[in-house]
Amino acid sequence: MKKIVILGAGTAGTMMLNKLHNILDKEEWELTIVDQYKTHYYQPGFLFIPFGIYKKQDVIKPKYDFFPSGVNVIYNKIDKIEGENNKVILDGGQVLNYDFLIIATGTQTRPEETPGLKEKLWYKDIFDFYTIEGALALHDKFKDWEGGNLVMSIAEVPFKCPVAPLEFVFLAEAYFTKKGIRDKVNITFVTPMSGAFTKPVATKMLSELMTEKNINIVSDFYIERVDNENKKLISYDEREVPFDILTIVPVNMGNDLIERSGLGDDMNFVRTDKFTLQSKDYDNIFVLGDAANIPTSKAGSVAHFAGEILTENLLSAMEGRPLNAKFDGHANCYIETGYGKGALIDFNYDTEPLPGTFPLPGIGPFGLLKNTKINHYGKVIFRWIYWHMLLKGKELPIEANMTMAGKKKQNI
Amino acid sequence: MKELDIAGVTVKLDDEGYLIDSSQWNVDIAKGIATQSGLELTDKHIEVLKYLRDTFNAGETLTIRKVGKSGIVNIKEFYKLFPKGPLKLSSKCAGLPKPTSCV
Repeated sequence: MKKIVILGAGTAGTMMLNKLHNILDKEEWELTIVDQYKTHYYQPGFLFIPFGIYKKQDVIKPKYDFFPSGVNVIYNKIDKIEGENNKVILDGGQVLNYDFLIIATGTQTRPEETPGLKEKLWYKDIFDFYTIEGALALHDKFKDWEGGNLVMSIAEVPFKCPVAPLEFVFLAEAYFTKKGIRDKVNITFVTPMSGAFTKPVATKMLSELMTEKNINIVSDFYIERVDNENKKLISYDEREVPFDILTIVPVNMGNDLIERSGLGDDMNFVRTDKFTLQSKDYDNIFVLGDAANIPTSKAGSVAHFAGEILTENLLSAMEGRPLNAKFDGHANCYIETGYGKGALIDFNYDTEPLPGTFPLPGIGPFGLLKNTKINHYGKVIFRWIYWHMLLKGKELPIEANMTMAGKKKQNI
Repeated sequence: MKELDIAGVTVKLDDEGYLIDSSQWNVDIAKGIATQSGLELTDKHIEVLKYLRDTFNAGETLTIRKVGKSGIVNIKEFYKLFPKGPLKLSSKCAGLPKPTSCV
């Protein structure tokens, strides 16, 4: 039997396991997946927890619900990958040999990388919503908060789900309006980037939406430290932003095992060919999802689209053929904007998010870079799609690579 | 696009002042571009610029964090040398394209 080992049973790893289980000859290939945790989180749902829209039970299911029968599942921490020996060493010393390895170990938040962040105000006045614990703690805080400075800040790029902080301020605006205390809540969006988003057309649309909703933007703000005594964010160029509640996207880094295995860049993301999704160090290692250092969003949609390309290339590699499938960096993100509306962006390595319709040119039903009710329903329905189709590796009616059909070019 | 005469050489810059042909870069051109941004380059600046070029040409993405770990300057010093948007300003002086974050 030849062996494929998948490291990480999050969105990317689970999806890949199901895809490969469906297509590979079970007499010939043995599939193994390794993860230290038994719970699968629907991470896009964390955003809704602070506002009481989702509860904990809406975003968790056991991982084993999504594993097909006949695969090996190992719940264990991973010590390191020995690429030159085609081996994975688990904590405790167990050794897994592989013919092909798929790394899907994701990205983790590292609040300890920012001085003053994980100190006495952590989960009292400072929160993240990228963990279930942070999202729940923030929900408790919001329940009886009477107003003040609410600051949403980003510590470092890249980070998982680049639209989530924008959605957070939009949802917060709607939440406090509904509570009747919007006039007592000053909302500020603090980013190390030069604007609300990285690409010009989307930035313009999103900045206008922020102005309309009376949300302040502080840009080019690279956080040096958090002053717990005076409740201030302080940047390297000595600017200050005061807060009463700070919600932050901490520094994101890949798993430490990537560093121990010598496969990562300085943020522990795996050095990966952005087109073939093959590791730059070993031909029989592929990388899927947030763990890769490819220059596109760290998002579930990317893992989904890239998964189709990776499958094709893995099959080629198994047969010793050249890797002809090329990933284009396709990402597709719903952006909740509050009041039952949402926006949608669709883009890749070369094409920035543009206005138009999606997925059908001229028809939609979704509007790109437009703030509509139907886009919000897209996000609502997505949770069902995620649990029932995406994780199970089923085909979705959207092409892996991005299409220009339905998009309108813009001059800014 | 605009042209700039520096040390007897004419170089082309894009609308935002970034050097179009990175291979033309030398220290004199760096100083010329810096002057356009109201900056006078010291040896420390040049050392950072050379690091940026070497790193970029090795195919790596440039980040403020990476410069802070370079051993040449820490992040605070990097901000002092190239005020406000240090990565943008230093990339411009180093004759490299405008840094983009990839979302």
